[in-house]
Formats: sequence, structure tokens, C-alpha cells
Amino acid sequence: MAFDIKSPGLATTVQDQGRTGHYNVGIPQSGSLDQYSAELGNALVGNTAKEAVLECTYLGPALTTDQDAVLAVTGAPVEVKVNGEPRPQWTRLQLKAGDELSFGVIQGGTRYYIAVQGGIDVPEVLGSRSTYSLGAIGGFHGRKLEAGDRVPVGSPLDGGAVPDVDTVPEEFRPVFAKEQTVRIVLGLYDHRLTDEGLDNLLHGEWKVTPVADRMGLRYSGPGVKWKEREQPFGAGSDPSNIVDAGYAVGSIQIPGGTQPIILHRDAVSGGGYAMVGTVISADMDLVARAAPGTSTKFVAVSMDEALAARKELAERKNNARAALGLSG
Amino acid sequence: MSSPAPAVLEARYTWGGDEFLFVEVSESMSLAANFRVMSIAEKLSELELPGIVDICPANASLLVRFDPDVLPPSTLEETVRTIEGDLAHHHQQALETRIIEVPVWYDDPFTAEVAERFREGFHQEPGGSDIDYAAKVNNLKDAAEFIKRHHEQPWLVSMVGFVAGLPFLFQLVEREKQLEVPKYLSPRTDTPALTVGHGGCFGCIYSVRGAGGYQMFGIAAAPIFDPAQALADFKDFMVFFRPGDIVKFKPVTEAEYNSIQAEIAAGTFRYRQAPVTFDLAKALANPEGYNQELMEALNGI
Repeated sequence: MAFDIKSPGLATTVQDQGRTGHYNVGIPQSGSLDQYSAELGNALVGNTAKEAVLECTYLGPALTTDQDAVLAVTGAPVEVKVNGEPRPQWTRLQLKAGDELSFGVIQGGTRYYIAVQGGIDVPEVLGSRSTYSLGAIGGFHGRKLEAGDRVPVGSPLDGGAVPDVDTVPEEFRPVFAKEQTVRIVLGLYDHRLTDEGLDNLLHGEWKVTPVADRMGLRYSGPGVKWKEREQPFGAGSDPSNIVDAGYAVGSIQIPGGTQPIILHRDAVSGGGYAMVGTVISADMDLVARAAPGTSTKFVAVSMDEALAARKELAERKNNARAALGLSG
Repeated sequence: MSSPAPAVLEARYTWGGDEFLFVEVSESMSLAANFRVMSIAEKLSELELPGIVDICPANASLLVRFDPDVLPPSTLEETVRTIEGDLAHHHQQALETRIIEVPVWYDDPFTAEVAERFREGFHQEPGGSDIDYAAKVNNLKDAAEFIKRHHEQPWLVSMVGFVAGLPFLFQLVEREKQLEVPKYLSPRTDTPALTVGHGGCFGCIYSVRGAGGYQMFGIAAAPIFDPAQALADFKDFMVFFRPGDIVKFKPVTEAEYNSIQAEIAAGTFRYRQAPVTFDLAKALANPEGYNQELMEALNGI
């Protein structure tokens, strides 16, 4: 079974939970940026959380299926159409062979997900089907989809069993707001900021700029100040430079002290810019949902608070699955 | 040794959110700091601790990704601190590694063409070439002398990353002989794949085409990242370099470069390489004498 891509959309890629274990040679995590939405899409169609989905950015694809298909669209709010007729999001859909899936205009957020029973069946590369475009590995021939592509779909698990409930209740759908509060753990090189710089970071209003993609999101705002110092041997000449080091996924760097950049799943694995903190794992999906213009506050939390938030998110996922009639 | 090894003090431990531990061994780059990082990384990976996701040694720091649901942060920190403490008492001085000859066409037309497109507003001296500028800021006579300094002594792969398979290289010479060149004023949006670059005290080889801010001196003749794993050197893994590898650049002419391209197309190209034991104490005591010894391993291969 396969999807035939009529038009590819802006940046549609195959993603799954990501690729770990090779960050030490610069191969990034990749994977669906909004894992929560992708996972619930998979749950709706009877997949495990591991199956690969299509991640659509702003403008989705138009595709036809060559066989009957069970699918669901989750993530950012968008008009979903089958043969031109509107269909609900966050709900299991049945398509007949030859049916066309397409999308209207996105109404908030950035990314939505097409989950299909059986999952997108491209070969695994280093343990994952996720696309890493810069290295041209994983996904569909290591790149975003193009018109004319035939994207293979796998066989359903458990003979195509699906959960009892066919729609994710409203309370378990994420909010795609124009304001966000993002929790961070300060650290790494935050000691290199002046008190005023740190104050700006934590109390200033920051806005997502259009320079935002799978590698990272750039924010505009009041800027920060770095402490002046004699730069250590091997570090660059700017006070925001360090001897090139590994970058934590979710870490925030502020080159030149002007615009903070949050590194996301396709980011470079290291470099010479000082990081001042890291978005907690529970808020990485939230950051992925931010559209340009989203007003953002960064709030510092402790490690214990970050771990508690991580637990809460896992519970929320479990409760959402339970609401569909799934266990655990 | 003319300049003493900078003392490696106790490392700084800090968190990158709830999934990353960052251990800064030293604020400044040195062979001793990099060696300490690699030793900690090696010992940590030997433990095969459940919950460790990635162990990433970098130039003078270590990044460890972990799953806090399996491995509590405090347990990980204690473990790494214990390893660091043990290493301070039992100096692990030797590293089993390999030396690799990397053919480079210096002053090549590919990087020259790209450099041409990024002069005004990007480069410190838009009127000249990157090598001319590098020679000047290092007080060397001319480009030829810079190139000689670049390939005469070997380099240590002190980190792999940025993008897939990109080696950061630190030349195995005394600090006052290290080539230092500022990065471009503003990064380019294009760099040819296999560009031999330099920024600050680090050399690199760009593994894929893309953005970059390092000065460009030449083009490596053979792949270092091969997702198709077509060549024999990539049979086990698509990335060629590992931290701790030693690189000896070998200048090649256009004709030699072309004949290597033919070998790559035929699938017969192999890097010249040999196993070596790298001894930190010897490297610090007499860098050039010890380099000579290391490079002899390549003879007759």
C-alpha cells in the first residue's frame, strides 16, 4: 500500500520518535517535533507510538491512497478534506482506495501530523525512520516529499485493531495559543550573563521570529548582556563564544547577545556559542507548536520541577490513551 | 617542552534541562583537557549504565544525554564525578587509536568559487583569498608557507559533530605554533562538501554541503560521510572519523585529486591508515619528535 503525493506541501517529512545513540558523531535526534500530537495520531489508528507519520508544516500535501486506509490528522488546527469534503481533526478517518486527502489553511500553530494504520513504511536508518535532511538520511530518500513520490505504508498491526473511541476528547488536545510560557532549567553557561542580561531573559517578552524550523527557533526581544572577559584560548572573540562544545537539545544560545535561539530536534550537535539554559523535556512539544509572532515568557524551574513536569506529561498521555479505551 | 601543559582543574558540572549533563573540563582548549574528556567518556561508556542515551566527548567538555526515568540525575553525576576522581589519581596516558592520511587539494577551484561569492561584508579581507589572510594573521611569509604548516604536523580529532561526521581538528604542536584564524565576519550560506576549514584554533573538514563560518583552504579528495556506505572504509558505519583519530593531511595536485576521484567512482579508494598508540606525556614533552614517530606508522602502507 502507498500514498501517491499529488502536491508535497511546504515541508512534509517522514518522522517517528527519533534517532538516538549517534549524537556523538553529529547525527541529531530528529523525529516528530510535536511528539504528543504524533503519538495520539498513532493511537487513534491502532498503531504503537513507534510508527512513522507524516509531519506537515503550515501547508500540507495533497495525496491519494491506492488502498482503503485508516488515518487520523492531529496537531495544529487545519481544515482536513477528503475528496474536497471537510472532515474532523483528532478523529479516525476511513478512506477508500483512490480517495484524496488534502488540507485547507492552517489556523494556528505550525505542524500537523498524518498518522496511518500500519505506519509510513520507509526503511529504518540507524534505528529510525525519521528524516534528517541535512545529512540526507532516513525518511523518504533522506528528503522532504515531492510531487510524484509514492510513499509506502506498512501492514496494520494486530490485524487492524483500533481503539473503541474514534476521537480524542477536547480536553486532551493541545492548545495552540499566541502566548506561551516555556519552562527552562538555567545552567550550562548562564554564569556568563550579566545580572541585567539574566533578568531580561527571564522577565522580558520574547517573540518567535520567522526564522524558525526543525533546527531551531529564533526569538526577538530585549536582548541580553554578556560579561566581558579575556576569551579563553580556542574560544572565539565574542563574549558569547566558547570553545566548541556539545549542544543539549532544547538549549538556548544567544549569539552576540541579541536573539535567543532554542535548538530543536534537527539542530547542529555542537558549536561555539554559549548556552544559558535548556527547555525542559515536557515543554519541547510546546515550543514546536509556536508560530512566528508567538509571545513567549521563559520561566526558570528547578531540576525537581522539570522531572515532575515530565511525569505529568506522561500521565496526561496515559489519560488521553485511556480516554480512547487503550490501556497504559 | 617550551610551554607547560595548562593544569586541568576539577571539572564544572551543570545540567542541560532534565535530559543532559554537561561537564566542562576546561574553559580553554588544550590537548590535556581533550585527553581528559575522552578518558572520562571512555570509562563512562565501559560502564554500560542503563539510562545513558548518548555520550558526546567534545573539545574540552563532555555532554551526556540520559533518560531520567531510568537513571536519576544525581546518580549520573556521582558516577561521572567518581570516574573523574579516579582518572586524576591514575593518569590514563595512552589512547589506542589510528593515524589516517587525508589527501587535500589546497587552494582548489571549488572553495575559491564559493569564497568569491562571500567577500564584501563576510570576509575580513575581501580583496584576497582565505589562505592569504590566514598566512598574514599568523605572521607567515605567504600562502605556501601556511599550507606547509597546515600539513607538516598531524592533527587530533578532538570532537565530531556540528553536522553528521564533521571532525574538529586540533594540531599536535605547541600552543605558540598553533595556527589561529578568526572565522568569517558573518557565516556563509554555502560551503562545498569536504572543504578543509579553520576557525579559531580548530581545523575541520565539512562533511556535507551547507552553511559555515570557517576560513576555507582546500578540498579533501575523498568522502568522510557516506550514507550509502559504498566504499570499504564505510562498511561498518557511514561516519568515518571518531574522536581520538589522528589526521595527517597530504597535499595533492589536481591530477592526483582526479585520479582519487576515479578510484572513488570505481569503489576502490581506501584511506591509508595505521593503528597507533597515542601517548599524552610523549606528545606534550616533544610534540614534533613524537609526531615523527606517529607518522612513521604510515610508511610502507
